Amino acid sequence: MKLLKIIKNGIITENPTFRLVLGMCPTLAVTTAAANGIGMGLATAFVLVFSNLVVALIKDFVPKQVRIPAYIVVAATFVTVVDMIMEAYVPVLYESLGLFIPLIVVNCIILGRAEAFASKNTPLAAVADGLGMGLGFTLSLTLLGIIRELLGAGTVFGVQVMPQSFNPAVIMILPPGAFITLGLLLGLLNKLTAKTE
Amino acid sequence: MEYVGKLFMILLSTLLVNNFVLSRFLGICPFLGVSKKVSTALGMGAAVTFVMALASLITYIVQYAILETLGLGYLQTIAFILVIAALVQFVEMVIQKTSPTLYQALGVYLPLITTNCAVLGVAIINIQEKYDLLQTLINGTGAALGFTLALVLMAGIRERLELSDIPEPLKGFPITLITAGLMSVAFLGFQGLIK
Repeated sequence: MKLLKIIKNGIITENPTFRLVLGMCPTLAVTTAAANGIGMGLATAFVLVFSNLVVALIKDFVPKQVRIPAYIVVAATFVTVVDMIMEAYVPVLYESLGLFIPLIVVNCIILGRAEAFASKNTPLAAVADGLGMGLGFTLSLTLLGIIRELLGAGTVFGVQVMPQSFNPAVIMILPPGAFITLGLLLGLLNKLTAKTE
Repeated sequence: MEYVGKLFMILLSTLLVNNFVLSRFLGICPFLGVSKKVSTALGMGAAVTFVMALASLITYIVQYAILETLGLGYLQTIAFILVIAALVQFVEMVIQKTSPTLYQALGVYLPLITTNCAVLGVAIINIQEKYDLLQTLINGTGAALGFTLALVLMAGIRERLELSDIPEPLKGFPITLITAGLMSVAFLGFQGLIK
């Protein structure tokens, strides 16, 4: 029961994108299409689950002074694994995410969760937290990807949804579209939560 | 002469056309986090410029002198992040010893730079674009100056936003992101500058 609560916490209560506003670089950069959002989200989730697990396992052996470099090396190891797997099995996605795959290592979510959660909890709870946060991140990236792809290209996951007469707003898949979409979404969420409280 | 022209192109491209923050989305966290006041934005910019130029240089040497010669190319991510973390720590200690005034000005920002994805980003881009040593240095410095430019502009706008009447739900992050979006539109205008 407790584990489910931790997972739910990551997806909804403390959603890394919409609530904690962490990991903005990949969030803005890769969400030009829904498929990219899912790919980036799952890659990050993979790294998050395993780095949380390892950090929780080694937390008692690592001296306090060097814990941050140690966590970074753990994360970098799993990022390298993801990098190689994606290059081998999903080359197209790998190509479109490009630079942002090695950059998962400096995603604040990874180090943030290692420091704030995994280093203080049991391995099982740490995995649950990684899973929750990872899924929360994936969901919000996919949502952003869907909105931007729909308005910017008239498609969702590459399938034409808008009628032929729809004139795509290219600005949505250009960099400004990323900032503006996320800004408006955050504002909308603020408004909705302010009402329920 | 052609070589000098290419250097200039790299500088212009990384500074304006492919601005790190506004069109490549690198270094967004400090961009949103430390852009509340112009003076702190300048301090952060100076610290990042220093570290990025140095990191570009050292990662270049690490890549070609160590990783390539030993055939360890796949260790790039791990090696680079370690180099950057060590470098930031080292720079922090050197500045603390040699110039306490500078340390006071930059001190708080230095540890933040390790997780600034712009630093690791520029190191990887240098290798991907197969730049030589001088080009690497120019690209690193130009990218950092572009980051500083965006940061300082943003801070100037945010100082004024403090006093304006913003709808309640948009206060804080949302309005900052929308502002960044509009700045990004402006920077799109540089697109035609180079071919």
